Amino acid sequence: MLLINCPYCGVAAEETELHAGGEAHLKRFGPDSSDDDFTGYLFHRENPKGVHFERWRHVNGCGKWFHAARCTNTLEVFGTYSAQTTEPPKDLLDTLRAKRPGFKWRNIA
Amino acid sequence: MKRYSAFAVAREALRYQTGWERAWRKPEPKKKYDVIIVGAGGHGLATAYYLGKNFGIKNVAVIEKGWLGGGNTGRNTTIIRSNYLQDPSAAIYEKARSLYETLSQDLNYNIMFSPRGVMMLAQTEHEIRGYQRTAHANNLQGVETHFISPARVKELCPIIELKGPRYPVLGALWQPRGGTARHDAVAWGYARACSDMGMDIIQQCEVTAIRQEGGKVQGVTTTKGEIDCDKLGIVVAGHSGVLAEMAGFRLPIESVALQALVSEPIKPCMDVVVMANTVHGYMSQSDKGEMVIGGGADGYNNYTQRGSFHHVEETVRALVETFPMISRLKMLRWWGGIVDMTGDRSPILSKTPLEGCFINCGWGTGGFKAIPGSGWGMAELIAKGYSPLTAEFGLNRFREGRFIDESVAAGVAH
Repeated sequence: MLLINCPYCGVAAEETELHAGGEAHLKRFGPDSSDDDFTGYLFHRENPKGVHFERWRHVNGCGKWFHAARCTNTLEVFGTYSAQTTEPPKDLLDTLRAKRPGFKWRNIA
Repeated sequence: MKRYSAFAVAREALRYQTGWERAWRKPEPKKKYDVIIVGAGGHGLATAYYLGKNFGIKNVAVIEKGWLGGGNTGRNTTIIRSNYLQDPSAAIYEKARSLYETLSQDLNYNIMFSPRGVMMLAQTEHEIRGYQRTAHANNLQGVETHFISPARVKELCPIIELKGPRYPVLGALWQPRGGTARHDAVAWGYARACSDMGMDIIQQCEVTAIRQEGGKVQGVTTTKGEIDCDKLGIVVAGHSGVLAEMAGFRLPIESVALQALVSEPIKPCMDVVVMANTVHGYMSQSDKGEMVIGGGADGYNNYTQRGSFHHVEETVRALVETFPMISRLKMLRWWGGIVDMTGDRSPILSKTPLEGCFINCGWGTGGFKAIPGSGWGMAELIAKGYSPLTAEFGLNRFREGRFIDESVAAGVAH
């Protein structure tokens, strides 16, 4: 059972309180984009074995969406942060670089 | 290879079982092979087997990071059926089901195929209409299925409660030729036959890089050294994304955990397979008497081969309403596997942007039933560059919008 801290209400929420929302920080491409960009946006999700950035929703709690950094190989949750951002906060990235030297996710390293 | 037979059993009985040989050799890798298959699960071994049997390509290595059949081949609920809505799916799954019928004889290895029949319960009005449509589609595809009444459901499976409070049974899609098989034996049987053809099955050998030159595959780097090849087949299910990254292309796949469990063994009480897709659960009884129960996949990416307990709880809670007698059973074992999910819930059997490199993945929650058909098609694809069985399952279908949309057709649990 994952335990994830909701950054809005501060609750250490159990997995059953949460809903997984898939990959974080998607760049959206519309009808005017190239086929490659549109295919990538629709289907090519990041699927790392290791550090992953995701969206979660505290569905049976405050109801708000937020972001989380989690390891798909150990299920360790590194931290959570606001949904109102397009990239992970610096302090979380520093934690990740210390804990998982050499990690890479898209162009974040 | 010494053949297994009644005579062999009698002969060995008379000489204290001293004459049995290893089922497959344990070779060290050669410098070069015509074809390397990465992944010695059911699909990888079947691919190698049909490369040898149908196309005479026997200079083949099957490389496995762990042990043979230790991934999803040994972790599924062993259900075999082919009652799919879309034509390309029905074709490849029906090919697999029909190959399963004679696989024990073909491999000289008892895979315990048991065509006991598979029923998918209709528990809402929508499901009734959906399954009637599937039954009509299956009739056109040459797959024998029927839509049956609740009374017939009760006759085939007396332990079902038809008038459950939330989920009444309103009918079912019945495939009498579906069933189960011994999943490990499928991998072992193919491995033994491959080894007998002179193929090398190399276990405990992890691929760490895929070498290429001028856009063409050269070979793989492994924990047992470098091995060259003309063609490479990647058949690694949950880790497909990891291997694709080594080869330098992306896959429309996410890896998630799928779980199953068995109860303590009990007397025979159910001789069909029952799937209840509305409540996301399916059940059959193994030859050992255990009730084999599977449910839905977790909602988040995962490589740990462990899932969330509450998913199992939800599955069992729902099944107890349809099968009240299982409420007092104890759980015996519980496990998870990493499945590779595509956007349309259909597999990918395809050439890749890297010349000479082929991929077979994306079977998601329903790979076991497809093993012989998948191997058959994949072998043809690798040997000839084209197979009618796999033609619709190319990587380009996502870009071109030609989905084989079983996620809508089946909903879940396929």
